[in-house]
Amino acid sequence: MSAPAGSPHPAAGARMPPKLGGAASGLAPPQQNGPAPSQMQVPSGYGLPHQNYMAPSGHYSQGPGKMTSLPLDNQCDNYYSRPYTVPTQNVGTPSSANQPGAQQMYGRGPPASHMGGSTPGSIQGALASASHPYTSASQPYSSFGNRYSSPATYSASSSASQGYPSTCSHYPVSTVSNVVYPNVSYPSLPASEPYGQMFTSQSAPSARPVNDSYSGPSTAVTYPSRPPPPPSQHHHQQQQSHSGYSSVPWSAPGLPPAQDNLIRNQMGSLAPANNRPSNNENVQPPKSSSIVSTVLPGPSSTRMPPAPSHPVGPLPSAPPTPEQMQTKGMQYGDYVNNQASSTPTPLSSASDDEEEEDEDEEAGVDSSSTTSSASPLPNSYDALEGGSYPDMHSSSASSPAPDRASEPNSTLAQALSAAPAPTAPHPTKVAKPFGYGYPTLQPAYQNAAPPPSSGGGHPSGPGYSGYPQHYPGVNQLSSGLGGLSLQSSPQPESLRPVNLTQEKNILPPTPIWAPIPNLSAELSKLNCSPDSFRCTLTNIPQTQALLNKAKLPLGLLLHPFRDLTQLPVITSNTIVRCRSCRTYINPFVSFIDQRRWKCNLCYRVNDVPEEFLYNPLTRSYGEPHKRPEVQNSTVEFIASSDYMLRPPQPAVYLFVLDVSHNAVEAGYLSVLCQSLLDNLDKLPGDSRTRIGFMTFDSTIHFYNLQEGLSQPQMLIVSDIDDVFLPTPDSLLVNLHESKELIKDLLNALPNMFINTRETHSALGPALQAAFKLMSPTGGRVSVFQTQLPSLGAGLLQSREDPNQRSSTKVVHHLGPATDFYKKLALDCSGQQTAVDLFLLSSQYSDLASLACMSKYSAGCIFYYPSFHSTHNPSQAEKLQKDLKRYLTRKIGFEAVMRIRCTKGLSMHTFHGNFFVRSTDLLSLANINPDAGFAVQLLIEESLTDTSLVCFQTALLYTSSKGERRIRVHTLCLPVVSSLADVYAGVDVQAAICLLANMAVDRSVSSSLSDARDALVNAVVDPLSAYSSVVSSVPRSTLTAPSSLKLLPLYVLALLKQKAFRTGTSTRLDDRVYAMCQMKSQPLVHLMKMIHPNLYRIDRLTDEGAIHVNDRVVPQPSLQKLSAEKLTREGAFLMDCGSVFYIWIGKGCDNNFIENVLGYPDFAAVPPKMTHLPELDTLSSERTRSFITWLRDNRPLSPVLHMVKDESPAKTEFFQHLIEDRTEAAFSYYEFLIHIQQQICK
Amino acid sequence: MAFTFAAFCYMLALLLTAALIFFAIWHIIAFDELKTDYKNPIDQCNTLNPTVEKLKKIKRVKIALKLVLPEYLIHAFFCVMFLCAAEWLTLGLNMPLLAYHIWRYMSRPVMSGPGLYDPTTIMNADILAYCQKEGWCKLAFYLLAFFYYLYGMIYVLVSS
Repeated sequence: MSAPAGSPHPAAGARMPPKLGGAASGLAPPQQNGPAPSQMQVPSGYGLPHQNYMAPSGHYSQGPGKMTSLPLDNQCDNYYSRPYTVPTQNVGTPSSANQPGAQQMYGRGPPASHMGGSTPGSIQGALASASHPYTSASQPYSSFGNRYSSPATYSASSSASQGYPSTCSHYPVSTVSNVVYPNVSYPSLPASEPYGQMFTSQSAPSARPVNDSYSGPSTAVTYPSRPPPPPSQHHHQQQQSHSGYSSVPWSAPGLPPAQDNLIRNQMGSLAPANNRPSNNENVQPPKSSSIVSTVLPGPSSTRMPPAPSHPVGPLPSAPPTPEQMQTKGMQYGDYVNNQASSTPTPLSSASDDEEEEDEDEEAGVDSSSTTSSASPLPNSYDALEGGSYPDMHSSSASSPAPDRASEPNSTLAQALSAAPAPTAPHPTKVAKPFGYGYPTLQPAYQNAAPPPSSGGGHPSGPGYSGYPQHYPGVNQLSSGLGGLSLQSSPQPESLRPVNLTQEKNILPPTPIWAPIPNLSAELSKLNCSPDSFRCTLTNIPQTQALLNKAKLPLGLLLHPFRDLTQLPVITSNTIVRCRSCRTYINPFVSFIDQRRWKCNLCYRVNDVPEEFLYNPLTRSYGEPHKRPEVQNSTVEFIASSDYMLRPPQPAVYLFVLDVSHNAVEAGYLSVLCQSLLDNLDKLPGDSRTRIGFMTFDSTIHFYNLQEGLSQPQMLIVSDIDDVFLPTPDSLLVNLHESKELIKDLLNALPNMFINTRETHSALGPALQAAFKLMSPTGGRVSVFQTQLPSLGAGLLQSREDPNQRSSTKVVHHLGPATDFYKKLALDCSGQQTAVDLFLLSSQYSDLASLACMSKYSAGCIFYYPSFHSTHNPSQAEKLQKDLKRYLTRKIGFEAVMRIRCTKGLSMHTFHGNFFVRSTDLLSLANINPDAGFAVQLLIEESLTDTSLVCFQTALLYTSSKGERRIRVHTLCLPVVSSLADVYAGVDVQAAICLLANMAVDRSVSSSLSDARDALVNAVVDPLSAYSSVVSSVPRSTLTAPSSLKLLPLYVLALLKQKAFRTGTSTRLDDRVYAMCQMKSQPLVHLMKMIHPNLYRIDRLTDEGAIHVNDRVVPQPSLQKLSAEKLTREGAFLMDCGSVFYIWIGKGCDNNFIENVLGYPDFAAVPPKMTHLPELDTLSSERTRSFITWLRDNRPLSPVLHMVKDESPAKTEFFQHLIEDRTEAAFSYYEFLIHIQQQICK
Repeated sequence: MAFTFAAFCYMLALLLTAALIFFAIWHIIAFDELKTDYKNPIDQCNTLNPTVEKLKKIKRVKIALKLVLPEYLIHAFFCVMFLCAAEWLTLGLNMPLLAYHIWRYMSRPVMSGPGLYDPTTIMNADILAYCQKEGWCKLAFYLLAFFYYLYGMIYVLVSS
């Protein structure tokens, strides 16, 4: 359990501002400790939230005086803080801080307790009534935030303040958010403004970042409440809050004081609301006041089931001190958030479960499989959230009502019903409207968290008042926006006709973000990050006929195992799934009442299991819609034994190394052994981790590393026709027990074969031996090969005719020459073994055949043409960096991935490295964070009776720690019936990646020229369909909707890729490798490969720069890939994903060369330079921080190549300038003309 | 009425066609299972690709082994018989299917053993749909052929 949390933690910790961290550490430790020991499952992430909370509290504590100042200082902070008094502070300071909070949302009971401690102080400080308006604003945001709350959100929040961090990329929205932020964040802005922004922004993600930050804190708070140790505090708080809501005294023992506090708080809150205008923040008194007033009534009534009490309380209470009021607001906010969160869940998102495994392999009988764990629901939750049943009841009763109230959409009735008794059925969300409920729900989560943290009811009180106000307003606004503004605004822009031949600068100056599905704000927030899950059409056509008319590819792009900075990990006895289709419950399901939910994929009505009624986050009962599964579209479950066919395997690594003369000559062994030695302790795994080594030339060498031997023992098997294992065990040894022997071997290996004269390579038999060695356990086989296999099974002949490399006609041999490697891969896949291939060869090695061993066993392929450790240092450096990532990155074993989609859609073809085991199930022996997948979709039945479709991927895997886990992503998209809407929702980048995958298949199954024709048709068809059907523009001009304007450019880029180009000399292995990359790379990396980013770097300024980890990262604008952009006076950086080129013009400013490169003038720059010197100049610092920032955003560290103008290496650089004409290919303009001619035919 | 070689050919073809009908049905069921039952395609392909060794492993195979290649061989066999019997019309009716079988086997994916189906691509919806359609078409063809052979046999017996 702790493992999952771990990942979020580090990020959070790192990002946390020093202050926060310090505070957190101080406060958090005690509370966390309490819960943590008892509950294993509590993710470390939880702890982080605490910190956040702490920090906020700190701010607050500083006092009211600060409060006023705070808003000014941190725009973001103000927002956040107001809604969630505590959280806001966090948010405000470092965006990063916010993010951690969001991550932690799910289960951090401990933090809540912290909150309590801190909150009081904060509340006082909070008195700033000004904060109230903000809070209200924040709530709406928070709802957004929830969706994003996942790691992505973090980035967004950070970005908002600073610009976009790389992380932001996930959410296109984030960019928007930046813009929005300024407005919102400004303290001066009235509450009303934020609202307006939010609404407008609904379509825009801008709101999200804020939300995230919000959610983060709030969630953290909620968690704290859960922890058993703090129960008293938490409970009190909750009780208090409840009491406040209901105004009726709660039965909660010892709470009386708390109740009083609450009441006061409420009253205070009202007052604060009024006061706010006066505050600095509320610069615009009129607006804020009006807003506040409206909001207040709404919230009070809505939130509190016992609404009457609330209103009453607040009104009279108005006079109360600001502090009290603040506290109240906090509590309210929490409650509200909870409610909101609960509501959202029911609506749209379905929790993704990775039931695939179960179904396939073991079969969870029930939709909800009850795990073996005896501990009742509370246990799991406790771990996560730390709630206790009794408390829950009281809290739930009160809280649910408020939430619902807050969210009009969700259904007031539910709230009411819930309020009286937890058991009472909640008639909440009947339909999954576009997410009304959701937004609120998310906020609820966040908010909920804070209250517990506050511990003392007081702090929470103020928050309450603020929250309620927000809620009503937000909800209404969001709903209105969702219905109107969102839908109406984006389409016009994306449908704006663009005359391609006359548009000079088609490429926008900033990176392109994924389009945001046209959903209601609530649903949008809950939706899966586009980094993990993207669809080529964000508006799904209603029928296949409509799709055929649009002539666009429909498919999904997946990056399921992406490294996430925040991920809710859920430990539950019962993983709730649909009984019919086995879909995991997700944010897009609808709750018919408290006891039943309706599957959003097959529409079956399922029962809500008893355990699910308890919400560990809020420790409340009867709010299934507030559970984390229903609040997050990306979640991870700890799977029970139902999901295992066998006990989770240990991490097993086997290295199969080529040691023939060729390999020794290339010298890769020293690089590999050094990397292994360096990273031996960082290999993912637990105490059971096993490792083994094999080498081969014409014979196969095994190494006995059994513990107790004085030195490694080499066993040679020369019978390669019938390979056997020389000894049954001790070839794969425990890494920790035999570490010394392993180190000895690694130190000796590079020199052991130094004098070998063996030139043959028996790769096939070595692989057979490796398979035998691995088959009992499964694991990962890393094969290093440097030449064509020439002996034994699987031997290959050279098939490449060098004279045909630049042929424009037919390219042969793109497919395998033998099925040996494929069969071997399938055998390996059956035994849960993946084969990763490192091909380091200078000659033709028939990658087309060799790649099969990785393709079908879910491995990965690395290719280093002309590798030589001394003659080609840049390749050696690349290998070293790749190895570092390869050895230390996360890994999942014995995985399966199932993709489900709404009834009516079906999967058609899969792309990536895997074995397809059934129509929707991929068998993945290993899964790594750098693997991407693509799926083509068909619309089998008309989707006229639904307005939303959902896709769910569930990845079931065994972590390196031996835990069975399920990572679930759910994506929700609207269905449209008009062609114009379909065009408006095109995600060009996703479409291009899908087209690339399809083109690779076509090249192999048919021919390269077929694939090229198909690519051209992929541009011609949609554009011609668009011009004939949708647009009224005369056909003589080449027009495209704005959403498609980059399609021709990207397709041209594809045609000039190594994989598909003709007429330019391309080695067959290079071509095949490029194809393998297209099939297995995730979208973000693939897009850089297809269309590199070009920046001018000799004039970097801080304008528009973003701040990452205390560094200023300049953000130069993108240049189009054309030589016309290159000036001799400049220096340019090209980011090709795996390679960076820096091109230096002949007339480049000497200042740049001197300050950045460290040489006096152009002539002195050496031709081969792969590093920038660390010079103590401003421009050097900027350049390096920019490059470092680019590097940090990708898993495999790219190698830097310095290209001087007029040096021979420049051809490599210029081949990436895809808008220019080459001997064999069109320029961009010519390509447009060509397309136009095709259309007019 | 005499028992000629042609009559013998028809009788043989009649029996073999009955077997082919059975194969076709099995083929359809197998692919339907693949599509709906989430069977592991490796097993499925093993049963469709006749390899004795694999047959032993997969118990439910039974008849499955004889599917693709045997079907092709049987069909080619009685085409030769009709050729020998100089039944040109019957042969002509069978030529398209024979040609199709030859083309199909020539264009099979790269594999070392006999067989037609590649477990890595068979789950592709296009291929799956194609195979299913192929099964139905063949079933229809064999059914018609069965009655034609029956008619042809009687006609030969009566006319001679």
